Amino acid sequence: MGHKIDIDQVRRVAKLSRLELTEPEIEQFTGELSEILRYVEKLNELDTSQVLPLAHCLPIHNVFRDDQIRPSLSTDRALANAPDREGEFYKVPKILDDNSGA
Amino acid sequence: MSLLELTARQLRDGIAAGQIKSIDAVTEVFGRIDAHDPTIGAYITTFKEAAMESAFAVDARIAAGNPIGPLAGVPIAVKDNMCMQIGSTTCASKILADFRSPYDAHVIEKLTDADAVILGKTNLDEFAMGSSTENSGLKQTVNPWNTTRVPGGSSGGSAAAVAARLCWAALGSDTGGSIRQPASFCGVTGLKPTYGRVSRYGLVAYGSSLDQIGPLTRDVTDTALLMNVIAGHDQRDSTSVSESQASVPDYLADLEEPIQGLKIAVVSHLNEGAETEVADAIGAALQVYKDRGAELVEVEMPHFDYAIACYYVIATAEASSNLARYDGVHYGHRTTDADDYVQVYSKSRAEGFGAEVKRRIMLGTYALSSGYYDAYYLKALKVRNLIRQDFTKAFEQADCVIMPVSPTTAFKIGEKTADPLQMYLADVYTLAANMAGVPSVSIPCGFDKVGLPVGLQILSGPFTEDRLLRIARMYEKQTDWLTRQPPL
Repeated sequence: MGHKIDIDQVRRVAKLSRLELTEPEIEQFTGELSEILRYVEKLNELDTSQVLPLAHCLPIHNVFRDDQIRPSLSTDRALANAPDREGEFYKVPKILDDNSGA
Repeated sequence: MSLLELTARQLRDGIAAGQIKSIDAVTEVFGRIDAHDPTIGAYITTFKEAAMESAFAVDARIAAGNPIGPLAGVPIAVKDNMCMQIGSTTCASKILADFRSPYDAHVIEKLTDADAVILGKTNLDEFAMGSSTENSGLKQTVNPWNTTRVPGGSSGGSAAAVAARLCWAALGSDTGGSIRQPASFCGVTGLKPTYGRVSRYGLVAYGSSLDQIGPLTRDVTDTALLMNVIAGHDQRDSTSVSESQASVPDYLADLEEPIQGLKIAVVSHLNEGAETEVADAIGAALQVYKDRGAELVEVEMPHFDYAIACYYVIATAEASSNLARYDGVHYGHRTTDADDYVQVYSKSRAEGFGAEVKRRIMLGTYALSSGYYDAYYLKALKVRNLIRQDFTKAFEQADCVIMPVSPTTAFKIGEKTADPLQMYLADVYTLAANMAGVPSVSIPCGFDKVGLPVGLQILSGPFTEDRLLRIARMYEKQTDWLTRQPPL
C-alpha cells in the first residue's frame, strides 16, 4: 500500500470493470477512491504476519447433490428478460468484424 | 380500534381465531399506504389485487376450518432485492427497472407457505449499497419520524414501512448494517441473523460472504414470529447451514423467559465514540439490565475499529464480482448506442448503475487487481479473522455484547451524500457483526432531543438468536418506547 491511485489507474480500473465513465466521473472517482484508499491504509497498523485469511466466517464445506434431473426454467422463461433474442438465443452485436475471415 | 395498532402476532392470532378478517387488514393498510406513502416513499411497488386475493383465500380457509400457517393473513412488505415472480425485482436500480424474476426467493416461498400476504416491494439503496436509501435509483424514502431525515439504509423502505404502519412486518437484508441501522433510525426492531441461518437463494447478491436476510418488525415478539418462518436449511444456498449442524429452535417458545445470570460485555471506548444523546441512551439501557440482575463485563475488542476499512475492501471486492453479471445481454438494461460488443457491456453498465454502485465496483476491482490483491484484499481477510477472534473472546466472557447501532440518530437528507467516506464511517458499529457472521439485533432504546429514535445493538454468538431475542425482550418488557408513534 502507501499508494495513491492516479487518474490513469482509474481509467484502467474502469476498463477492467467494463464501465464507460465520463471524464468528470473519472476525475471525481480519482479523488474519492484516493481518499477511501488512504483510509483503508489503517489496516497496515496491524501486524498480520501470523494471521490466516478468513474468507468465510463459518466452516464452509463442499456441498454435493445427486446428479439427477430436476425441474428447471424453460428456455422461454429463462430468455424472457433478454434485451434482445432470436429464437432460443440471446442476440448480441457482431463479435468478429467483417474482415476477420471468420 | 384500528387493526393497524395491533402487532403482527396479535393480528395473526385474531385472524386465526376468526375474530378479524385478513381482507379488512389489507383494506385498511392500503388506505394508509394511499394516504401516507406518497410522502414516505417506502414502496417501489405494491400488489393490491394479489394481496386482496391472498387475504380472501386465507379468510375462506379459516371459515372452512382448514389448517393455516403461522403468518396467516398478515400483510408483509419485502425489500426489493428479493426475487418475486409478481411485479418487478428492481434492486432500486435503473439497470433492473424492468426485470421480472422467473422464480421466487426462498424467503418468498416461506412467507407464502406460512400464508402471509405480501403487500409490495420496498425501496433501498441501489443494490443495497448505502446507509440512507439516498442511493436508490428510483425514488426517495424519508424517515416517518421527521420527513427531512433519512430512514437509514439500505433497508430504508422496509424500516419506514414498519414505522409508519404501512405493513405489519417486513423483510430486509443486511450486508454491513442494512437491517439494524434503518431499524434504529426508524424506531423499529431489526435482526440480522447468523450468516447461513436464512437462505440467500433469490436474494440479489451484493457481498456474498456477508449478506443475510432478516426481519424488521414492531417488536421483538414479531421478529421471533418471522424467524420461525424464514430460518432453516435450503439446499439451493450452499452456505445455508444444515439443521444437524445448528438446529432451528422455536424462537417464540421461551421468549418471555429472562436469561438467569445474564452477563453483558461492554466495550467502553465504543460507547464513548457515539454522540452524547446516543451514548446516554445506551448507558440507561445497560442500567435497566443491571436492575434486572445482569452483570456487566468490560471487554476489549482491539480490532473492532478496523471493521470499516476491512469491510469496504471485502464487500466491494465481492460486489465487483457479483455485479459482473449485469452485462446488457442476459437481462436488465441494454444500451441502444453500442458499436461493438464491448460497448454493450460498458455502456449498458455505465447507463444503468448509479454513482455509488460504480464507486464500489471500481474500488473492489482495484482491490482484486494484479499487484494490489495481497495489499488490500488478502490483508482485509486477515484482519477479518482478527475481528472474529475479538468476538470469540468476548463471548467466552459474556452472553452478549451491547453497543450503539449508529453513532448518531437519523441524519438530514443530503447531509452526507457529497462525501462517500463520511457515509461509510457512519457504519462503524454494525459492520463487525457481518465480518464475524454473528447475529445482531437493533431495538428502540429512547429518543433524542428532537424526537428521533435511538437504537440499542445486542450481539451474541453464532446461532444463538433464540437467546439474543430473549435478552432483547428482557429490556423491551421494562420500557414503553413502543407506545410512541411517528407523527403522521
